[in-house]
Amino acid sequence: MTLIHLFLTLGGLTVAGFFIGRSKAFSVCAAQGGPSALHSRPFYYGTLTSIWCAVPALIVFLFWHFFQSTIIMEMVIVDLPDPIRFLPDARLNLIVNDIKNIVAGNIVSVQVNPAIQGAATHYRSLEMTAQAALGVIITTISMAAIVGVCLKITPNFRARNHVEKVVEVLLIACAVLAVFTTIGIVLSVLYESIRFFKIVPIHKFLFGLEWSPQMAVHAEQIGSSGTFGVVPIIFGTMLIAGIAMCVAVPLGLMAAIYLSEYANGKFRRIAKPLLGIMGSIPTVVYGFFAALIVAPAIKDAGDILGISVSSASALAAGVVTGIMLIPFVVSLSDDVINAVPQSLRDGALSLGSTRSETIINVVLPAALPGIVGGVLLAVSRAIGETMIVVMAAGLSAHLTANPFEAVTTVTVQIVSLLVGEQEFDSAKTLAAFALGFVLFVVTLILNVVALTVVRKYRAHYE
Amino acid sequence: MVKKGLNKRQRKERRFRFFGCAAIIISLSFLSLLLISIVFNGYTAFQQTVVRLDVFLDTDVIDKDDLASANYSKLIHNSLLSVFSDVTKQTDKRKLYGLVSISAAYILQDFVAKNRDEIGTTIQIWVPADADVDMLMKGHIDLDKPESQRRIDDRQLAWVDQLVRQGQIKKVFNKTFFTAGDSREPELAGIRGAVCGSFYSLIVTLALSFPIGVAAAVYLEEFAVKNRWTQIIEVNINNLAAVPSIVFGLLGLAVFLNLFGLPRSAPVVSGLVLALMTLPNIIISGRCSLRAVPPSIREASLGIGASKVQMVVHHVLPQALPGMLSGTIIAMARALGETAPLLMIGMVAFIANIPAGFTDPSTVLPVQIFLWAGSPERAFLEKSSAAIMVLLFFLMVMNGTAVILSKIFQKRQ
Repeated sequence: MTLIHLFLTLGGLTVAGFFIGRSKAFSVCAAQGGPSALHSRPFYYGTLTSIWCAVPALIVFLFWHFFQSTIIMEMVIVDLPDPIRFLPDARLNLIVNDIKNIVAGNIVSVQVNPAIQGAATHYRSLEMTAQAALGVIITTISMAAIVGVCLKITPNFRARNHVEKVVEVLLIACAVLAVFTTIGIVLSVLYESIRFFKIVPIHKFLFGLEWSPQMAVHAEQIGSSGTFGVVPIIFGTMLIAGIAMCVAVPLGLMAAIYLSEYANGKFRRIAKPLLGIMGSIPTVVYGFFAALIVAPAIKDAGDILGISVSSASALAAGVVTGIMLIPFVVSLSDDVINAVPQSLRDGALSLGSTRSETIINVVLPAALPGIVGGVLLAVSRAIGETMIVVMAAGLSAHLTANPFEAVTTVTVQIVSLLVGEQEFDSAKTLAAFALGFVLFVVTLILNVVALTVVRKYRAHYE
Repeated sequence: MVKKGLNKRQRKERRFRFFGCAAIIISLSFLSLLLISIVFNGYTAFQQTVVRLDVFLDTDVIDKDDLASANYSKLIHNSLLSVFSDVTKQTDKRKLYGLVSISAAYILQDFVAKNRDEIGTTIQIWVPADADVDMLMKGHIDLDKPESQRRIDDRQLAWVDQLVRQGQIKKVFNKTFFTAGDSREPELAGIRGAVCGSFYSLIVTLALSFPIGVAAAVYLEEFAVKNRWTQIIEVNINNLAAVPSIVFGLLGLAVFLNLFGLPRSAPVVSGLVLALMTLPNIIISGRCSLRAVPPSIREASLGIGASKVQMVVHHVLPQALPGMLSGTIIAMARALGETAPLLMIGMVAFIANIPAGFTDPSTVLPVQIFLWAGSPERAFLEKSSAAIMVLLFFLMVMNGTAVILSKIFQKRQ
C-alpha cells in the first residue's frame, strides 16, 4: 500500500485504539461500581492505548524507510549479470544511478540496455513487496499493541502515570532542541571553517591586511589568487559600529532618562508606543532609507562643503544603524533606570540637589552596570546587522578610519560571498563560513560579558 | 553663596532637561523622516498609467483558426502609427512603440480570444504604458535635465502630450501591483508572489515554533529541576536570542540545504530557519507569561488532588496562553521582516511565478524589497517604497493585534 494509505491506516488504528482502551476501562470497572473504581480517568487508558499503538509502529516505520533503499539496491546488484556486477566502484555507482533514474521515470544518461532495464523492473517489484510487507508489519504491531495494552487494563492499572511520563519526555525533548540548535550552529559553521583553514592558514586569515576573495580557477590564470586577510573587514565593522554607538548611546540614554524621570503620563503614553514602532521596523526598511535617502543626502552635503564623500559612505550606514538601535538602547536603559529604588533619589533631592544632579550623580552610577550591559548588547547587535550595511555600505575592503569612505563589514562579505555576486567557488563559500564563525564567537563573547557585567556589579537593594 | 551657585545649577538643570526632551524629539523625527520619505516615494505606485489604443483587428494578420500565432505586436504598432502618422524613421518608430508596455500584445491576444466575433473591426483597449511613460506621468522625471540624460526624449515627450490632449492616457488604480508576481518590466511587477511566499513561510514557522516553544517554556518553568543542566539550557536560550540572524542563515545553508538536501528557496526551508530564529523569543516570552500566573492557582490545583501535568495543562496553561499568544504574534512579526537569513538559503533568485505550495521556489516580501531597491530603474524605487508600505501595514496589524490581545486579557484578570 502507498505511504498515504499507510499513514491513514495507522491514524485510524490509533483513534480506534483510543476508543477500545477507553471502553475496556469502562468494562473492567463495571463490576466494582463504575469509573470511580479506576485508578485514572478512562481518558488516560484510551490515550495510553493509542500511544502504544502509534509510537512503536512509527519507530519501525522510520527504521525501515531509512534502510529500505540501500537493502533493495544491494539485492538488485547481486542479481545483475556478472560483467556489470564486478565493475569498479565508480562505474557501478553510475549504473546504480541509472537504475534509480529509470525507476523514478527520469531521463537516463546512457543507452538503456536490457540488463539495466531488467534491474530496474526488479527494483520496482522488490520495492512493492517491501511496501506491502511494511504495511502488514505495521498493522500487526499496532493491533498487537492494542491487544497487549487492553489485556493489562485493570482497575489498579496506573495509566495516568504512564501517560504523564510520556508527556514529560516530550517536553524535555522540546527544551533540548534549543541546545541542539546551538550545537548545530557551532558544529556546522566550525566544520566548514576548519575546511577553510586548511586552505588558508589561520594566522594569515586573522592578521592579513588585504581582503580580496578570489580563487584561481586553474593554475595559469593571471592575477586571480586572492588574499583572505580579515583585518580591513573587522576595521570596517568596528568603524560602522562605532559611528552607530555615537548616535545611539547619547540619544538613547538621554531619551530614556527623560522618559523615566521627567516625562508626564501623557507624553510617555505617546512616546513609548512610537519608540516601540520604531523598534519593530524591519532592518531592510532602514537599509532602503539609508541607501536611497541618507547616503545621497550626505553625498550632496559633502559636495557642498567640498569634502569628497563616497556614495556608500560608512557615515550613512553607521548613522542609520544607530537610529535603528535607539529604541533598543532606550528600552534597556529605561528598565535599568526604573529599577533604581526611589529612596536613593529621595535622599539626594532632600539634600538639595536638582533633578539633573540627582540623575548624574546618584541614579546613573547606580544603574551603570545595567547601562554598560545594555550598551554591549547594542554593540553586539550593531556588529551583527546585515541589511542596512548590505544596502548602504560598499564591498571594497579599505583599511581606513575616514567615515566618508566606503568600507565593508563582516556581514556584507558573508552575503556577497554566498549570494553569488562573485563566482560560486568552494574556497570562497568556506571563507563565508569562517567569517560567520568569527561573527558568532565575537557576538557570543559580547553577550556573555554583558550578562556577567550586569550580574557581578549590580548592587542589591533591600 | 549657596544662592549664587543656585542660578547656575538651575540653568544646568534646564539644559539637561532640554537635552533629554531633544533626544526624544530627534529620534522621533528620524522615524517620521523615514516614514514620510517612504510614503512620498511610494504612494504613486498604487496608480498605473494606461493608454487607450484603437486597434484594427486586421483579418490579414489574424487567422480565425489559429489565434495564437498572429502577430499581435504588429497590430499594436499599427494602432500607434495611426495616431502619430508623421513618424517615419525606424529609430523613431521604435521609440514610439516603446511608449506602451510589452504586455500590450498579450492583453490584445486575450481580448481577441474572448471576443472572436470582433475580428475585422476596430476595438478600443486600454493597455499599460511603459514604465518610463508611467514615471513621466507621475512627475518623477526631471524635465530640466538635458535630453541625453533623460530616459524620455523630447519627441516622446511631445507624443505623450498629444495623448494627454486627446484623452487617450490616464491613471487608474494599479491592480497589477497586487495580482502579479515579480517581473523584469517595472510596470508589470507585483508583490503577489512575495506575499504568498511570506504567507507559506510564516505558516511553517508558526506550526513549528509555537508548539515546541510552548512545550520548552512549560518544561523549563514548571518541571525542570534547578540543576546545572537546566542552567546550561537557559544560558543557551538567552544566547540564541541574541545571535545575529545571518548566522541562522548559515546554519540553514549548511544543514538544511547541503546536509538534508531540501529544495532551495522553498517556504519549507525558510520556515525552518525562521522557526529556529523565533524559538528562543517564544520560549522567553512563554516563561514570562507562565511566571505571571499566581502561585495560588498552582497550589489550589495541587491541593484538590491534581497531578503536576494536570495542574499545568488544566489550570496554569490556559491562564498563561494569552500572554504566550501575544508573544508569539510579536515573534512572527519579527520573522516577517527578516531578510538576511533568507538571502543565505537562496531566496535571491528572480522568481516570476506565484508559489503554489510549500516546496515551490519562492521569495518573501522583505527580500523582494531588497531586490527591487537594488535596481537602478526609477520605477522600481517607487515599487520598493510601495512594497515597504504594504509590509509595514502587515506588521502594524500584527503588532496591534498582539497589544489588543494582551490588553483584553489583562482586563479580564
